[in-house]
Amino acid sequence: MSVRVKDIPEEMEVVYDFPEAVAKVDTHYCPGCVHGIVHRLVGEVIDELGIRERTIGVAPVGCSVLAYNYFTVDFVEAAHGRAPAMAAGIKRTSPDKVVFTYQGDGDLAAIGTAEIIHAANRGDLLTTVFINNAIYGMTGGQMAPTTLPGMVTTSTPTGRDCAVAGYPVKMSEILAETAGAVYITRETATDIPSIRKTKKAIKRAFLAQMNGLGFACVEVLSTCPTNWHQDPWEAMQWSKEKMTEVFPLGAYKMTDEVKALKA
Amino acid sequence: MAKELLKGNVAFAEAAVRNGLEAYFGYPITPQSEGLEHLSGRLIEEGRVFLQAESEVAAINMVYGAACAGVRVMTSTSGPGLALMAEGLSYIAGSEVPVVIVNMMRGGPGLGNIQPAQADYNFMTKSAGHGDFRPLVLAPSSVQEIIDMVGLAFELAEKYRTLVMIAGDGSIGQMMESAELPPMQPVRETRPDWAVTGAKGREKNVITSLALGAENLERLNLRLQEKLAEVKANEVRYQTYDTDDADLLLIAYGTVGRICTSVVREARKAGIKVGLLRPQTLWPFAEDKIRELAEQARGVLVVEMSAGQMLEDVERAVAGAAPIRFHGRLGGVVPMVDEIMADLKKLDAETK
Amino acid sequence: MRHEETIFSGFGGQGALFAGQLLAYSGMAEDLHVTWIPSYGPEMRGGTANCTVIVSEMEIGAPIIRHPTAAVVLNLPSMEKYEPLVKPGGVLVVNTSLVDIESERDDIRVIALPASDIAEELGNARMANVVALGALIEATGLVDFETVEQQLEEHLSERQREWLKPNKKALHEGAARAKSE
Repeated sequence: MSVRVKDIPEEMEVVYDFPEAVAKVDTHYCPGCVHGIVHRLVGEVIDELGIRERTIGVAPVGCSVLAYNYFTVDFVEAAHGRAPAMAAGIKRTSPDKVVFTYQGDGDLAAIGTAEIIHAANRGDLLTTVFINNAIYGMTGGQMAPTTLPGMVTTSTPTGRDCAVAGYPVKMSEILAETAGAVYITRETATDIPSIRKTKKAIKRAFLAQMNGLGFACVEVLSTCPTNWHQDPWEAMQWSKEKMTEVFPLGAYKMTDEVKALKA
Repeated sequence: MAKELLKGNVAFAEAAVRNGLEAYFGYPITPQSEGLEHLSGRLIEEGRVFLQAESEVAAINMVYGAACAGVRVMTSTSGPGLALMAEGLSYIAGSEVPVVIVNMMRGGPGLGNIQPAQADYNFMTKSAGHGDFRPLVLAPSSVQEIIDMVGLAFELAEKYRTLVMIAGDGSIGQMMESAELPPMQPVRETRPDWAVTGAKGREKNVITSLALGAENLERLNLRLQEKLAEVKANEVRYQTYDTDDADLLLIAYGTVGRICTSVVREARKAGIKVGLLRPQTLWPFAEDKIRELAEQARGVLVVEMSAGQMLEDVERAVAGAAPIRFHGRLGGVVPMVDEIMADLKKLDAETK
Repeated sequence: MRHEETIFSGFGGQGALFAGQLLAYSGMAEDLHVTWIPSYGPEMRGGTANCTVIVSEMEIGAPIIRHPTAAVVLNLPSMEKYEPLVKPGGVLVVNTSLVDIESERDDIRVIALPASDIAEELGNARMANVVALGALIEATGLVDFETVEQQLEEHLSERQREWLKPNKKALHEGAARAKSE
């Protein structure tokens, strides 16, 4: 049974705590979901950069729709796919703030494709954290734009037939082509080294914004044990093996200025 | 300020700049693009924010974001664009942020045409998006009035933290008329307490239209309804012309409203005692005044550039107190004085 | 009472819209109520362009009218469209350089003048709109010529500055022709 945060006695010695930017509340995420990990990484980065009081988050529609409950920074909740447009509206009227969107694959790679590409292409000073788990989680496991070929979902019961349903959309590759993007990378969070690497990427993506360089996006290959019908461990391994075949890891774009940032 | 010869589209845009507009996000669509063009120069000149979005969908969500950041923000569009914005309108209403939208109506449905029309009446007053909400809708009939209504729209949007629409039409947008712009107001220096400005020295602000749990969402809806009731009680606006001794009552708004002032003049010359009520707010609607005037009149003539959208509201207000005739032109055809006169004469004869 | 509802119409590029604006500016300068409303949209590009200008001592109701009290037609399609619509007792100014039919109406005043040719003699056929405007103002007495000259000075675009004097001449030449009609 998991420990409830509010039940932890306060007089115990703290050896590992929440980042200040992360709210001390229980989350609604499933066991084995990567959202919790990435939320924490974002919180740690915000703390380390000392920007909690001037950061504004933009939550998506999808499993992380309630992201605003899990941070201690100002937040808005966007319509499905429109987080980059909303973020652009905030950033352009509040240039001294640090604005990030947190989006899933249905949000960013399907309904919001236009908004993310144009935000990137304009070089909007935004940081996007893109969680790709190849499925629609919140609505019950339907095919996502990033669903792998042959993968069974509730809307591809015999497996994704690419001749009918199209092919997995590779957003990092596409975004890297836009002139306004300065840092586009695909990471994963399935083991300790990759989690550390992802944190560094997120920090770099925030720094790119804070240094006025341009648009930055960190795609994180994730899991969905619930809708993949796997246990958390299996899901981690499946993400590591299968998803990286279709979505190769690595930085798809990193300008020299971004490379020079100390993340 | 001296009078200038101003095009409606340029006039609303410049009036917005002078009323302290801080940001505009939009997408070109006839017949309102001159407004966007004007702002593209003026806002940059003033060191404020202008961005041409990739679609109306993006534009309204940029507006939504900027409104959450607490700045005075607007967009402008025409029917097909407003349809794309419907998603954002509902979110804006649900999260109670102030936004002003100008809709220069054109002929529909579909791509329709770009001539003046009033067929977005139901869309704006009754179904601007999913869920239970209504924007406050202002209806100018001249270049001067759209200038004045821009200032009023911001005031009302911020007072009630609501969506305010200005229902123009192609004719108001394209027409040049002598009008006076307001003096330049400075941009507000502070942002409202509720805005997302960074959680510095306070708890975080969260702006969302999500309210999980039926009771929770019902509470939000009841609060919205309470606010709308307050708007309804306080913000009905209309103009009457020669209604004091009128036997017959004309009801029309916007461009058609001003055309009907010519009808009143002609009819009075011809010995028909007619008055005009011109709604300046389409929602809330002047139903009490219409009922009162209808009770004194022999008959009512409603004139619209639609198939009878406002007509339904008039029927509801009149509630049988007087017979109602309707004169509607569709698809961008502007009704002329002579054809309205002809209908008025019929109504006069029928009700004698 | 000064009150005129005028339609200016011609091919795109003939300056019908500008002539209408010039009249609107002039009316405004003389403290009259004015409205100017163009046809707009696809027909702007290459087809006919027209505008309706109302100048009046009264507040203006309908800005769009079926029967103008005056029409300035710069080409044949405009003539065919608006000649029958002018109100009895009204004025029709016809650019005969591009209109080879005659009005058969005897209930309106028709001023037929080769506006494009006159303008060309003054240096540029594109001033036909101002020639025709001169004729209209002479016929209606709606505003003073001095006012129109002033408005020309204020509203002729920067790149057309060199045409200010010829435009003034065009205005008066149109008026002179109207007088002799």
